[in-house]
Amino acid sequence: MPDANAYWSRNLRYLGILLSIWFVVSYGCAIVFADALNAIRIPGTGFKLGFWFAQQGSIYVFVVLIFVYARLMNRLDQEFGVAEE
Amino acid sequence: MDVRLWTFIMVGISFALYIGVAIWSRAGSTRDFYVAGTGVSPLANGMATAADWMSAASFISMAGLISFMGYDGSVYLMGWTGGYVLLAMLLAPYLRKFGAYTVPEFVGQRYYSQVARVVAVACAIFVSFTYVSGQMRGVGIVFSRFLEVDVTVGVVIGMGIVFFYAVLGGMKGITYTQVAQYCVLIFAYMVPAFFLAIMLSGTFIPQLGFGGADPASGVFLLDKLDGLHQELGFTPYTDGTKSMIDVFFITAALMVGTAGLPHVIIRFYTVPKVRDARISVGWALLFIAILYTTAPAVAVFARTNLLDTVAGQPYAEMPEWFSKWEDTGLITYEDKNGDGNIQYVGDAAENELTIDRDIMVLANPEISRLPNWVVGLVAAGGLAAALSTAAGLLLVISSAISHDLLKRAWKPDISEKGELLAARISAAFAVVVAGLLGIYPPGFVAQIVAFAFGLAASSFFPVIILGTFTRTMNREGAIAGMLSGITLTAAYIIYFRFVNPAADSPENWWFGISPEGIGTVGMLLNFAVAFTVSKFTPSPPESVRELVDRIRVPGTIQTGGRP
Repeated sequence: MPDANAYWSRNLRYLGILLSIWFVVSYGCAIVFADALNAIRIPGTGFKLGFWFAQQGSIYVFVVLIFVYARLMNRLDQEFGVAEE
Repeated sequence: MDVRLWTFIMVGISFALYIGVAIWSRAGSTRDFYVAGTGVSPLANGMATAADWMSAASFISMAGLISFMGYDGSVYLMGWTGGYVLLAMLLAPYLRKFGAYTVPEFVGQRYYSQVARVVAVACAIFVSFTYVSGQMRGVGIVFSRFLEVDVTVGVVIGMGIVFFYAVLGGMKGITYTQVAQYCVLIFAYMVPAFFLAIMLSGTFIPQLGFGGADPASGVFLLDKLDGLHQELGFTPYTDGTKSMIDVFFITAALMVGTAGLPHVIIRFYTVPKVRDARISVGWALLFIAILYTTAPAVAVFARTNLLDTVAGQPYAEMPEWFSKWEDTGLITYEDKNGDGNIQYVGDAAENELTIDRDIMVLANPEISRLPNWVVGLVAAGGLAAALSTAAGLLLVISSAISHDLLKRAWKPDISEKGELLAARISAAFAVVVAGLLGIYPPGFVAQIVAFAFGLAASSFFPVIILGTFTRTMNREGAIAGMLSGITLTAAYIIYFRFVNPAADSPENWWFGISPEGIGTVGMLLNFAVAFTVSKFTPSPPESVRELVDRIRVPGTIQTGGRP
């Protein structure tokens, strides 16, 4: 019988993974490693990679992360039978 | 037709639209007034949240700010969007399940304490008033610049409109006018951006044009800009001047502050279910991202245009917009070396031109000679952004007064009708105070915006997270945490911005963290103090542990063995 604790620990696992991506993309790629990534250019554009992450890429990733989270949690709700009717 | 007439038409049509929506969506109960009857669809709520969030600062100032800051401007882009990830995963679904009307209500009940509630009310009111005064000022500036009326008249007109739909419709009226305002503001932002992208990069999508090349020379815009910057003695556009640690801490403070701002949080109380709250944050960020990924592109276009038009050019040959903005005092030129040319350079001793950052978006259509109707549209968009944010903030203030203070603390036996009336009166009161702050702005509005974010980051965010992610956090820990977080943040900002502004430079900051970034430290302190204090004080009652179990799942669940 699945219970509240199992549901919660799965939720925490999703959070851990998604928030790690959130952190790496924004604080990693766009700030700490920005200078290193700026040595790379996105082919065919004027974007240096670190700068692109800081002003474009990180925002796209944020949007995707939230939709992925919503989907994962909706499935988890179904699996544990805790969705609202 | 001239710019002024077009502006009247655009602003007139948009205002008629808001009033129509307000009449259609009047509030009939306190539930309507505070949370729009929890009947808002996730998509509509996403749009309303986007309008609620994107203020006069996002619409008018942000692209200009970035165009002067280059890479450093990323703190705003990431800080004001990344917070939504935290909101979606750590706050919104649980607060929706809890089903309160206000943020202080959650704090008060989860921490079984009137003191905690009152601390939260004080923070909510302070943060909201700080923020709203800037919005009303923005309304006044747009009116005075484009319709050539007095700033005061502009603020009064803005107040009248907000008064109408906030007092009549409460959250319900605000929600649906915000949906309309989002449509107006995003259209007004994108149209000039498309024009600029085509002119400067040959492609009409700003996000691509940003990385594109000048059609004439084939040089990438960003390379051209870096080159121009080096020639004139500025830091290269894609590099920035802030230290890495400061960029890190400011971004974090803005993200966490965003997730902790009460007027954003309460928007997610208005959807029917927990799953709606989750997806609705996604829609909100998607709608916000349309503007936020365009803004840095507009910044690059504007910067390139500006340097091409003014740097090293003869003053006598400046176009009409230049002298118009000179009249307002937002552009100033002083011919230091007397050669009649505009020396616009990085070295302050030789630089002859100062440009207020706020004018870039408003001046852009004129600098680029776009059609007059586009200029009018931009004015309507700026007003939509300012009014929608003001309304959301006013609701927080009114519900804090009528619900948290009156109903929950002072007069619990007040009737439904009485509370609704009280809510309307406090909304009216808040509109008037906000208007006065717009007409007589305290000289320190710009400085205290850092305050609003710092305070939200160091107070609400930690207590709400601890309230759902731990069962054992108690009243004593939460109150001590909030107070220490706020005190540290406030003291640091007040010291560097008001007491000793001369010392406000990287050498004197702790570890090079500026007052804008100190909210992150305040948040960490809040967590640390809360944990420490809760270890030495009594655990929360069983009912609170059950409450936490209940808000963690969307529906109902049988509670298994507790760890």
